[in-house]
Amino acid sequence: MSSSPGRDRLLASLRRPGSRGQITAAVLLAVVGFASVVQVQAQERNDDYEGMREEDLVQLLNSLASASQRAENEIAELEQTRSSLRSDTDSRQAVLKQARERATVLGILAGTLPAVGQGIVVEVKDPQGNVGIDQMLNGIQELRNAGAEAIEVNDSVRVVAQSALEDGEDGIIVDDTQLSPPYLLEVVGAPRTLAAALNIYGGFVADVEDPSIGGSVSIEESQNVEIATLAEVPEPEYAEPVEPE
Amino acid sequence: MIAGLGLLVGIIIGLMLQPEVPLWLEPYLPIAVVAALDAVFGALRAFLDGIFDDKVFVVSFVSNVLIAALIVYLGDKLGVGGQLSTGVIVVLGIRIFSNVAAIRRHIFHA
Repeated sequence: MSSSPGRDRLLASLRRPGSRGQITAAVLLAVVGFASVVQVQAQERNDDYEGMREEDLVQLLNSLASASQRAENEIAELEQTRSSLRSDTDSRQAVLKQARERATVLGILAGTLPAVGQGIVVEVKDPQGNVGIDQMLNGIQELRNAGAEAIEVNDSVRVVAQSALEDGEDGIIVDDTQLSPPYLLEVVGAPRTLAAALNIYGGFVADVEDPSIGGSVSIEESQNVEIATLAEVPEPEYAEPVEPE
Repeated sequence: MIAGLGLLVGIIIGLMLQPEVPLWLEPYLPIAVVAALDAVFGALRAFLDGIFDDKVFVVSFVSNVLIAALIVYLGDKLGVGGQLSTGVIVVLGIRIFSNVAAIRRHIFHA
């Protein structure tokens, strides 16, 4: 089998270097080798974005921008939700606080909560047994007019809006509780005003100390009047609250 | 012999210098390398055919590289750079395969 002339030429050139053509080829091959190596290394060094085309980069940038836009929109939405939830909670708590305060105030006024505060202690002595509901009603009325917030008689009855007074055999009856003199009224309110209301000309004190009654009244202002007795509040049987529109 | 040495020297210089590719050259270098490879295989085939001419080799080498770069440049300007690059690579790849097939026939008779 004879070898082809092409292969012979190749072997001959390998054995006998130095022709002009070979030198030219060597130079160009050196250029190719150099360029290939440079390109391969640049490719290996490349991170994701280096060497990308301008249009690809622009597209990438656009998609990133729209993604961040979407994320920002989402953030804004969530923040709005959060703030609305927070204001919801805040307003609910405010309403709750208001309702509690109101319940406390109403509880004191209705006699369902014990009360403490400044006020007066009134002792009504009735040696002749003449003090009756005329005088007591008068006194309680005057105390209420003067802004009494809680009234207790003889440490056993809380006087509230529904309280009823009657004359008993041995004294007065407040809300079915028989009381006997001396009567001790503990009143929470502004002490000066309350005392002045009782001492007014022709008022409770003058009434009780009238010679025909023969009683005596001593009023003591106190910074710490404690009222522990509670009134029973019956469920309204006939009245119903009107729902506000 | 000298030709093989030239290739080796080029590779070694590239490895030793590790030059940064300038930015303006970056899109053109890969295409230019493939085009140059095409010229090299074409020259080897011509050598084996007995019709090798160093002038033709130089001219074909330089023109191959320049035309490849020009096509890429034009493609980038027209907005079809990616597609045109792919096209050039495909054409050059086909030529390289056919040249290598001819070389193989010469050397191995197969």
